[in-house]
Amino acid sequence: MSAPDTLMKTELMEQKTALTAKADVQDLDFYYGDFRALKTISMPVYERQVTALIGPSGCGKSTFLRCFNRMHDLYPGNRYQGRIVLQPDNSDLLAPEVDPIEVRMRIGMVFQKPNPFPKSIFDNVAYGLRVRGENSRRRIEEKVEGALQDAALWEEVKDRIHQPAYNLSGGQQQRMCIARALATDPELLLFDEPTSALDPIATTSIEELIHDLKERVTILIVTHNMQQAARVSDFTAYMYLGELIEFGVTDELFIKPTKKQTEDYITGRFG
Amino acid sequence: MAVSEHASKQYDLDLDSIRSRVLQMGGLVESQIRRAIEALHSGDRALIEEIIANDHKVNAMEVAIDNDCSQVIVRRQPAANDLRMILAITKTVTDLERMGDEAQKIARMAKSIHERGALQPPPVGLGHAAELAISMLRRTLDAFARLDCTTAAEVIRDDAGIDAEFRSILRQLITYMMEDPRTISTALEIVWIAKAIERIGDHAKNMAEYVIYIVKGTDVRHTGPLSVEP
Repeated sequence: MSAPDTLMKTELMEQKTALTAKADVQDLDFYYGDFRALKTISMPVYERQVTALIGPSGCGKSTFLRCFNRMHDLYPGNRYQGRIVLQPDNSDLLAPEVDPIEVRMRIGMVFQKPNPFPKSIFDNVAYGLRVRGENSRRRIEEKVEGALQDAALWEEVKDRIHQPAYNLSGGQQQRMCIARALATDPELLLFDEPTSALDPIATTSIEELIHDLKERVTILIVTHNMQQAARVSDFTAYMYLGELIEFGVTDELFIKPTKKQTEDYITGRFG
Repeated sequence: MAVSEHASKQYDLDLDSIRSRVLQMGGLVESQIRRAIEALHSGDRALIEEIIANDHKVNAMEVAIDNDCSQVIVRRQPAANDLRMILAITKTVTDLERMGDEAQKIARMAKSIHERGALQPPPVGLGHAAELAISMLRRTLDAFARLDCTTAAEVIRDDAGIDAEFRSILRQLITYMMEDPRTISTALEIVWIAKAIERIGDHAKNMAEYVIYIVKGTDVRHTGPLSVEP
């Protein structure tokens, strides 16, 4: 893929680009009916790295995130243009012939507010596996325990795993949603402001979790909290009015952004 | 560098206030150095005592400005150019404080030379070196105030001039001491003064490097004057 001009060309970047891309976004446009919400976005999402999407409300970062698991397909009139090429199989996940259900098997999503299903903790986490047609009770139990452990929730819930998920605290519910997303072994995890409804301690535990998870899974996170982007991500993309303004290594972007627009946003000069 | 305003007015006010106090501190240090050189020539006892006593004002400003920087960090979590500005300021005030110490050192040497009723110090061009150092300080403060990399680069290059002056003063003093051993004690004190002036130049150069860091985000410390673009 040719590097977009929004890429920062620096030594740190060169070191980092020895990484392989899990997904390559190529000239992506997205329309809500006639409204062009994303404008020719091209950027890589590096494998087993955390990429943060930042930008003011309405800049298109959530719209962008949702393209990755074809969530926009749920509404008529929405239209993708361009490609999101997923590796290693080099498949365009936006191609019309690709089944969105298949895409969502590979790409999990965690939302702003925890959204447990009105079921037990166990059934929540097992949900995706059952949808996939997994029948073996033993396999499901293994997977559920593994996912809850990966989400750093197992110790807290192992004795009440068949109780309703609604009994959990907000932070626990969010970790359970992460476990639910992890249970199907996704390759890419999408987080849409996963901590904006949580207190600082629960936020820290989610951030820790993101840090641990990136050893196995590629993560794309939308956040309004710039300190959070700086803390958890390896790469940051700044978007404004549907355009990708700057994409770079997080360590550099928050100290020395190359675009004045980025600088104005991250320093709070945006008004 | 065009800097637009923050969405938070108070943030702008806080940063402006810190910046202007750095300049105020720089002004005080410049005056301390200038007056120390004056006192060296005149031997004015009252002036010497005043310079020595004033050093605590410089120290207090360093502490106060550092404290304000901590406040900005904790309240605003500055990023990008704001972060670079705050980091550079905490370093700048350290250099200014040390320049203040050098001024005080010069005043103490002046006191000792004149108390001993020593011979007129050998005319070795201290005044010229001091003028150069003061000019470097003044220009680096200007560069800081206007975020002007060109002036900052000039200051960095000028440091070599002060170093050369220092070596020349040293050579001249050696000649005096060899010719007339009675000049040795005074000559040694002059060496300390020359060294203090040379250090003031170093600190001014450091401050100029921070200005370049603020504006461009590049760290030009320890890279040599040639690496700094005019």
